[in-house]
Amino acid sequence: MSPIARASDLIPVPDFTEYQVPISMPPAPDHPLWEWFNVSLLLVALIAASYIALVNRSRRAMFLLTVAALIWFGFLYEGCICAIGSIQNVVLAAFDSSYAIPVTVVLVFLLPLVFTLFFGRVFCAAVCPLGAIQEIVAVRTVRVPSWLDHALGLFPYIYLGLAVLYAATGTAFVICRYDPFVPIFRLSGDVNMLIFGGALLVMGVFVGRPYCRYLCPYGAILAVLSKVSKWHARIPPDECIKCRLCEDSCPYGAIELPSTPPSREDRPPERRRLAAMLALAPLLVIGAAGLGWLMTVPLARLDHNVRLAERIHAEDTGQVEGMTDASEAFRNTGQPKEELLAMVADIRSRVRWFAILLGAWTGLVVAVKLISLSVYRRCDEYRPDRARCVSCARCYWYCPGEQVRLGLIDDVSELVDLETLEAKPTS
Amino acid sequence: MMADTSSKKDRRGFLNDALRTTSVIALAGAGGFLAGRRSEGEPMVWQLDPDQCIGCGHCATYCVLDESAVKCVNCFDMCGFCDICTGYFEMNYLALDTAAENQLCPTGALVRKFIEEKSGQRFYEYTIDVPLCIGCGKCVIGCALMNGSLYMQVEHDRCVDCNECAIAVACPTQAFHRIPASQKEILKRRAEAVLGARGRRMMREAGDDAGMYREGAELLERALTQRRWRQQQRSASTASSEPEGTARDA
Repeated sequence: MSPIARASDLIPVPDFTEYQVPISMPPAPDHPLWEWFNVSLLLVALIAASYIALVNRSRRAMFLLTVAALIWFGFLYEGCICAIGSIQNVVLAAFDSSYAIPVTVVLVFLLPLVFTLFFGRVFCAAVCPLGAIQEIVAVRTVRVPSWLDHALGLFPYIYLGLAVLYAATGTAFVICRYDPFVPIFRLSGDVNMLIFGGALLVMGVFVGRPYCRYLCPYGAILAVLSKVSKWHARIPPDECIKCRLCEDSCPYGAIELPSTPPSREDRPPERRRLAAMLALAPLLVIGAAGLGWLMTVPLARLDHNVRLAERIHAEDTGQVEGMTDASEAFRNTGQPKEELLAMVADIRSRVRWFAILLGAWTGLVVAVKLISLSVYRRCDEYRPDRARCVSCARCYWYCPGEQVRLGLIDDVSELVDLETLEAKPTS
Repeated sequence: MMADTSSKKDRRGFLNDALRTTSVIALAGAGGFLAGRRSEGEPMVWQLDPDQCIGCGHCATYCVLDESAVKCVNCFDMCGFCDICTGYFEMNYLALDTAAENQLCPTGALVRKFIEEKSGQRFYEYTIDVPLCIGCGKCVIGCALMNGSLYMQVEHDRCVDCNECAIAVACPTQAFHRIPASQKEILKRRAEAVLGARGRRMMREAGDDAGMYREGAELLERALTQRRWRQQQRSASTASSEPEGTARDA
């Protein structure tokens, strides 16, 4: 059956005496200048956030910027395109030459990365609307147990791998589909995601920034880049006196405490542990790659055609009754089932390679975490962990040195007794 | 001890500098590569292929906008201007008038206007009152019984261009595609044929009327753009080993 109706099948356009048959024209799209305006606003916000985090050091200014970003990039701009989602556009453009990526999207993707390489995660601090909405509700935060924090902290990297897999195969943009906060910004959207977003916000009152810390795939990239940033927020403006006043000031558990080197008798077991982890790493990567290979079929199920083929198969074998819109429409096209099955086989073979890579990536992420936990890192002062710190500027105020810098006190000794500090071990 | 720490610090600093420089170069490279990709085309927008559309109604409900960006369009060159329009009237209408109970459209967005009576047949024009249309596709299904001149399109003055269109995800026939922004629309293949023919006719009959000639040429170009896009789609889908559901012509 041809989808094009033949002229003889149609009722002809009448031969009117005067009436001119009109022609419908599609309306013109929005002006592209709008996108450029938003990119320049992003740049301005990034500069402002960097300045506040590193020079001005004012929590109040940072908070105002956060609110502004939430209102503009969140509630008024309503979300698309955002830096987090732009990962997928970039990946799709890299794998699919028929997809043209706008320059504005490339900039939205790159600008926060470049700023992170120089100033730390200032994008997360007060520019990203998803971060901003969580930042504002984080008022009664508790400390997440270290083991749980480390374990959950692996998810963003795995989620990033998943998002890349689905964008590269052209299956879906999962980051956008499962974005918890954009439905809140738009005050409309999928009800499940609205509930998820609401739940994250409630949770965010007690666990600071749950999405940023345990889900955000863009944050995962930023965390890695932030480790080598040129400049980064420091808690004391000059010397750290280890007064411990800032210790509990971070709602995101991102303050590294001064470390004590392992004692002489502890060193051999520590070394053995590191050696074991290093030996385990390749096994983890290979094993997880195998697991990824096994996951091919469920992973491919996100593709529409795969789901359609499975549905049609289930209908034909009598496992389900009735037809869905999709299966009915497919049957009406008269396309043979074999063609669909061949297409599904093709999709699965394409997904298979990415699934193996995703598995290997997951194994690598776990291995790197295990190795980094086995390495002793020297730390002489209270300082932000560059990967986890989002430069929110909360901790500055707690530092006596900062009070001196602001001219509120003349000397740190007005706040802390330096002699007792000397006497007490810091851990 | 002191020297040891500072040399360690230097090593660390050097490593950081090296990694940072590499990252900056890599990002610049990625940016250049992507910008190069950009020059191959232009920004993409969402549009639906009316030949694949089954009028399921998801366009009205899944769009993130309160009032869907998808609206009905009439291709008048495919329209029969029928008195008993199956896109306008309920299947069991009480009278052939504009009373709400007789209309298929839940919002009264389809406007029926008398044109003329010829050899006992009355002809009506059906236009869409765009602000009223919610994109439910009821009239599209009705019209598909006859000529199928009513079809759905994403209106780009309303569409907010979500990175992943929520309707595209829900669409049971995967009728949504990313198309170049300047193309704006996807015409039915039948509409492409009749509009192209009309364009050619206008150019032929224009004579000295430069305005009419230009309009005809524009219409023809509009149809040819559609043909090029369809060909591109076909070659892309055969390249990935398998044609799409509706990609074969008789």
